[in-house]
Amino acid sequence: MKQAAKPRRTGRSDVAPDVLLGMYRSMLRLRKFEEAIAERLKTPSEIVCPVHLYTGEEAVAVGVCANLRKEDFVFSTHRSHGHYLAKGGDMKSLAAELYGKTTGCSHGRGGSMHLAAPEYGLPGSSAIVAGTIPLAVGAALAFSVRKEDNVAVAFFGDGAANEGVFYESLNLAALRKLPVIFICENNLYSTHMPVASCLASTEIYRKAESFCMPGVRIDGNNVLKVFREAGRAIAAARLGEGPALIECLTYRWRGHVGPNYDLDKGLRSKEELDSWMTRCPIKNFEEFLAAQGLISTAEKEAVSREVDVEVAEAIAFARASPYPDSAEITRGVFR
Amino acid sequence: MTRKITYVRAINEALHQILESDPKALLIGQGVTSPWYVGASTLGLIQKFGPERVIDTPVSENCTMGAAVGAALAGMHPIFVFPRMDFMYYALDQLANHAANWHYMFGRQLGVPLVVWTIINRGGEQAAQHSQALQALFAHIPGLKVVMPGTAYDAKGLLHASHQDGNPVIYIDERWLYQNEDDVPEEPYTVPIGKGVVREKGSDVTLAANSYMALKAIEAAKALAQDGISVEVIDLRSIKPLDETMLLKSIKKTGRLVIADGGWKSFGVSAELAALAAEEAFNHLKAPVLRIALPDTPAPASRTLEKTYYPDANRIASEIKAWLHKEPK
Ligand SMILES: Cc1ncc(C[n+]2csc(CCOP(=O)(O)OP(=O)(O)O)c2C)c(N)n1
Ligand SMILES: [Mg+2]
Repeated sequence: MKQAAKPRRTGRSDVAPDVLLGMYRSMLRLRKFEEAIAERLKTPSEIVCPVHLYTGEEAVAVGVCANLRKEDFVFSTHRSHGHYLAKGGDMKSLAAELYGKTTGCSHGRGGSMHLAAPEYGLPGSSAIVAGTIPLAVGAALAFSVRKEDNVAVAFFGDGAANEGVFYESLNLAALRKLPVIFICENNLYSTHMPVASCLASTEIYRKAESFCMPGVRIDGNNVLKVFREAGRAIAAARLGEGPALIECLTYRWRGHVGPNYDLDKGLRSKEELDSWMTRCPIKNFEEFLAAQGLISTAEKEAVSREVDVEVAEAIAFARASPYPDSAEITRGVFR
Repeated sequence: MTRKITYVRAINEALHQILESDPKALLIGQGVTSPWYVGASTLGLIQKFGPERVIDTPVSENCTMGAAVGAALAGMHPIFVFPRMDFMYYALDQLANHAANWHYMFGRQLGVPLVVWTIINRGGEQAAQHSQALQALFAHIPGLKVVMPGTAYDAKGLLHASHQDGNPVIYIDERWLYQNEDDVPEEPYTVPIGKGVVREKGSDVTLAANSYMALKAIEAAKALAQDGISVEVIDLRSIKPLDETMLLKSIKKTGRLVIADGGWKSFGVSAELAALAAEEAFNHLKAPVLRIALPDTPAPASRTLEKTYYPDANRIASEIKAWLHKEPK
């Protein structure tokens, strides 16, 4: 196959080709990293901490974060790998954190659920459902007090929409017109509970109405839609127009925690999983890019190879790194 | 009839019996209808008692805890479960400001017959938000009782007792104990709240412990016996009220107190027992009190740190040996 000629790269999309290709690579990094981790999780002693995989939901983190600057803040959850990588966190430090090593992004103190990279606008992820939603509001408050045009993003699941603090956060953010974007990753389940068993009204985006805030529901598996919708909200927030709630419909391929698909637990059907797998955010975007003439087979293969190398290096780095020294157990409770 | 069953089955059996015998009893909480969420402790309940009485809830701890308190005020006997203690902070207001105060604050007019069953689920590199043992926090609050069964027998008996108590009782179990077997009568019975039990008789040292640490304390005592050190192990079973009579009797006999607790050291269960010894048995003490507990540090993830963080039987035994060595003869 011939190298794609430059002029072909205009496409029909209004989004710049390098942004589109950047999002493609970013999604592939999340997918390939987690697929490698899922493989490693099958050897029980290698990675011990609980790991919640994001496989299938990549378009949400990537589409949102492609609009963000380094100074913007992203607050994350127990299912945090995607947010961390999409915001610019280092893959080696992520792998090392999962392995509980000193070189990990939380120095082996946090594990998979507690990732931070403050230098990239990742102040930390919390495993308490809805725990970081008010923190994002607070970061937005700081930006607004200091008259900076940064934004804070709170990622959270449909389950988090059951916690009272979610509603309190919407209210405070709207009341003070804070530059915070609430991104609800509605993957239809909160552990074993389908969303309809938890919420009297499952239209999470409509909760925004009661707080006089824009709320939308979009296809969270379409990275371009996520990019555009988040882009609009973020631009408005930077201009001081206040917060927004974006509900992204998506699906986690694997079980709530760990590498398995959990189809044997009677919680969801194989048909449901299959139908979502055909809506794979990466495969569909790849087809879109090819149809637009934005990526050739050779280029696809090159990206794939590069990401494979990056993932392999990250895991090798994690494995070779030392464990924390147990003599340091009490260090770091206070600064 | 008595047979050997696991700790988790003992809890399950008590729940079946309570829901069977008391039409006012409800089981409320996250995962109670799931076959795995609360470690198989609620197996068969939803099938037998239905979704009216076995209520799986959204992740809304603040509200659902309050709803359980409200149901208790309206005449029900709820058992409210937290699959992990760490998730209780959202519910703390309803417990501490409402459930705990209600009977006193309104001049004894209304009780809150409520069991708050909550699970310590730690280890496995789960880190700071999935490892906490908060017995001291709850024991600090007037109006709450706190129990911590360490065996299958006590797990069943204390659950029945908590349900019958008529006050808010924090019933704390521990996932590290779930597969341990013990002789357990099939019929319902109670283990009295506020009563400890002597697990090993001894004369040199009183070693008071609870829950999982009580088990480790017995192992440590057996090891120390090999070295000619005679350790009396008391399993507290109730943190509040404490069995002060049993503790003081033993301390006065041995003259030495060691406490092994699975919570943080400062201001914790071990501090309370040390204070008891200082206040009530000062003249009988032959040595300073020794406390074995978690360092004042959030739970770390990495395995090397976890290994230091959680004391085991070896640690208990070696600390006791070193401490006896230090003692002026
Ligand atoms: C306060 C609190 N309650 C319960 C839990 C246990 N828990 C962990 S993840 C989870 C489900 C969260 O569902 P959702 O917000 O939809 O996120 P998802 O896992 O689907 O990404 C629950 C209930 C918790 N971590 N924190
Ligand atoms: Mg969900």
